[in-house]
Amino acid sequence: MSKLHVTTTINGDSREFLCEPEDTLLDALRNTLGLTGAKEGCATGDCGACSVTVNGRLVCSCLMLAAEAEGQEIDTIEGMADHDKLHPLQKHFLEGAALQCGICTPGFLVAAKALLDKNPDPTETEIRYHLAGNLCRCTGYDKIIRAVQNAAAEMRGA
Amino acid sequence: MALDDTKRDFKVIGQRVVRPDGIDKVTGKAQYGADLILPGMLWGAVVRSPHAHAKILKIDASEALKLDGVEAVVTRADFVEQKGDNFADNLDNIMAGKKALYDGHAVAAVAATSQRLANKAAKLVKVEYEILPHVTEVDEAMKADAPVLHEGRKYTGAPAGSGPNVTHYQDYGHGDLDAGFAKADMVIERSFKSEGVHQGYIEPHACVANYNTDGRGETWVCTQGPFMIRDFTAAFNGFNISQVRVTPSEIGGGFGGKAHIFIEPVAAALSKKTGRPVKMAMTRSEVLRATGPTISGHIDVKIGMKKDGTITAGYLGMRAQGGAYPSGTVDMATQAAFAAYDLENVKSEGWNVVTNRPKEAAYRAPGAPLGVWGVESVLDELCQELNLDPMEVRIKNAAKKGTKSSYGPTFDDMGLLTALEAAKAHPHWNAPLDGPNKGRGLSCGFWFNFGGATSVSLQINSDGTASVTEGNPDIGGSRASISMMAAETLGLPFEKVRTIVADTNSIGFNQETNGSRVTFAVGLATIKAAEAAIKVMCGRAAKIWGIDEEAVDWVDGAAVPSGPNAGDFPPMTLAEIAKVAVQTGGPIAGHHEVTADGAGVSFGVHIADVEVDPETGKTTVLRYTAFQDAGKAIHPDYVEGQMQGGAVQGIGWALNEEYIYGADGRLQNDGFLDYRIPVASDLPMIDAVILEIPNPGHPYGVRGVGETGIVPPLAAIGNAVSRATGVRMTKLPMSPPTVLKAIS
Ligand code: FES
Ligand code: FES
Repeated sequence: MSKLHVTTTINGDSREFLCEPEDTLLDALRNTLGLTGAKEGCATGDCGACSVTVNGRLVCSCLMLAAEAEGQEIDTIEGMADHDKLHPLQKHFLEGAALQCGICTPGFLVAAKALLDKNPDPTETEIRYHLAGNLCRCTGYDKIIRAVQNAAAEMRGA
Repeated sequence: MALDDTKRDFKVIGQRVVRPDGIDKVTGKAQYGADLILPGMLWGAVVRSPHAHAKILKIDASEALKLDGVEAVVTRADFVEQKGDNFADNLDNIMAGKKALYDGHAVAAVAATSQRLANKAAKLVKVEYEILPHVTEVDEAMKADAPVLHEGRKYTGAPAGSGPNVTHYQDYGHGDLDAGFAKADMVIERSFKSEGVHQGYIEPHACVANYNTDGRGETWVCTQGPFMIRDFTAAFNGFNISQVRVTPSEIGGGFGGKAHIFIEPVAAALSKKTGRPVKMAMTRSEVLRATGPTISGHIDVKIGMKKDGTITAGYLGMRAQGGAYPSGTVDMATQAAFAAYDLENVKSEGWNVVTNRPKEAAYRAPGAPLGVWGVESVLDELCQELNLDPMEVRIKNAAKKGTKSSYGPTFDDMGLLTALEAAKAHPHWNAPLDGPNKGRGLSCGFWFNFGGATSVSLQINSDGTASVTEGNPDIGGSRASISMMAAETLGLPFEKVRTIVADTNSIGFNQETNGSRVTFAVGLATIKAAEAAIKVMCGRAAKIWGIDEEAVDWVDGAAVPSGPNAGDFPPMTLAEIAKVAVQTGGPIAGHHEVTADGAGVSFGVHIADVEVDPETGKTTVLRYTAFQDAGKAIHPDYVEGQMQGGAVQGIGWALNEEYIYGADGRLQNDGFLDYRIPVASDLPMIDAVILEIPNPGHPYGVRGVGETGIVPPLAAIGNAVSRATGVRMTKLPMSPPTVLKAIS
């Protein structure tokens, strides 16, 4: 079976890769491009560990075909920090101990950034519902919600 | 061990420092089990039984092996048969022998050049089965004429006359139950039933094995127990332990479920057979079908109480299933059940039975949540019937230092009463709960805490910093707390210490990261290793000064002359001593190896407010507060995190989570859509109140905090739902249909 050639932009860099027609974007990121920050917790769209954004829209990369990335702008956890400067969400996750094992953290950060990009001042309930597609088994979510609130406040200059 | 240190002013301990592995984890750099790719690597897939109970008549892999890129197939014949129940049962669990014993039981595995090809090849492996009658329910499995899982096997722990699947019986207690019940003004008896629940770690099991035909090699794996993986991998493949090097990756949750082996010896076998590295990663469905869950079963509780709230007698009996192989977890359920109370007459007993379900794996305070759920539910009902304040009744009967526990030992210093008093004084307990369909529940919880075999080494570096090497995978920030204890002992700032979790060749043996043991036992060994290095540094200073070694003290990170020499020389700092170490006698290091004792029991108290929708039966948690004795909280954020995470796992257990088996013996809900763990929108904030009653068994007073948090929620939520609805809840989970049925 011949492979498909895909040209895409990942974290601002133009990238090309080959994939099989049935490869998911998550497969391509992790196994072809070496971007293992997106994790596979379920491969069925239920855990959010594989969250990335495509043209700014939050998606589960396990549910999108790699070939569909053609011509799209993909952002992953690896592109969230600006070189050596952490994004406020990353900083507040660290300072607020919003991770324990950390396997869910890339997904939460990508999903939380997608929320704050659209809604800089979400309520606690809005944060909880927006992040309801991301599973965390370690933290009970308390410190994650607080970290998102604190990052939002910092980003608003509050 | 002296406890005076717990009174001192700590400089590093108790701070909320940023964890050393943090940046890797928020930038996606951290490497977990499935993140490693090696040159020339193959991918593995497991062939699993679709039947709950079947004889394996024949395995034919010829079609699979014909595919271009399929490199090897292994079956049970590729492994070394084991002696002794533990090794033999584990081998049989990771690769079935004559029979498949549950839906999802591994029967063969393949390695191929891609994951997709491996999956395709696994489907082409033809397994001929003879389907046998199966049993997945406890009481069915206990019957004399039940389908037999292990024909001819004699279980020495089973009482005479038990059915052929009963593996184990044990009882605990003291006093005279009949006399106790006779003294009661009211006796309530209830039967409870729980379903199986899974640990639900978000990272599926994954490993990369890289072995040669000479039996030398390495495994990279997400595990709670790299030494355990090493020992089983070596035994099952006929390797020598010294030739097997296991490197623990970052680990994406475990909760006990990754303190067991599954795919790792299989990956090693495939690697040995092909001479190439082999990666194996489970799917979520495989995780749910073939790993984890905890025990489940029936719990009978009978408690007698006087009108003034005094408990006169308590009985608990549990019939548990622990899947297809013998399990002793029911013992911990029955031991923990009454641990919170000072009782004159108490008995608990438990039976374990094998069923056609996956082998039970440890899950955070294994068994304890179930026993405590039964006891705390009946206590609450007695309080309702006798019109007593549930907080006062618990305070009145609480176990304390000197109490002979329900499971035998006499308690030392412990924080249960402190936690109860804190809960009683907390705004949550005193806030009004207005409106219909609402209820407030209270529960105590207990976990033993473990110590265990531990090795730590610590080196002093030439720039005045220290490196700690330990062998227990860090699941929730333990590298931070270990560095903090080393820094505190050495008198260094936190930033000058780095702790790593080493591979099995680079540090002495360590038991798994379990039993809430790491901060306690690894912390203790780290303090001792630091003290050993301090002794060397004091010796070096003495040598430089030309005074007696005994006449040097270690104060705030520096050697100072003491006794007759006090004031003769200015203090010599760790950095100054380290800089000249090579000239004064050689590198400076300390190490400590111990089987740590004195872990110190752990108690917690939880309060839950719920609202139950009478039309749908859905329960909403309105407010939740957890109180727990941490002994000494090394890093308070991560202590709170353990309490919050445990509470929410318990809330999931109470309200949503369950293993559902069909009549065909197959797991019906093998994904996160149907095995529904709590999500952010299900929950309120979880308030965590840390109490500190120092553990006399640790130099800084530390108690493990990892497990107790999951123990109280079942009853705290259950009591709240029962009070909200006016109907006593006796079945878990209290999912909407269960509650609706109970109230209509
Ligand atoms: S791996 Fe994509 S949602 Fe779970
Ligand atoms: S921190 Fe472990 S799953 Fe979220």
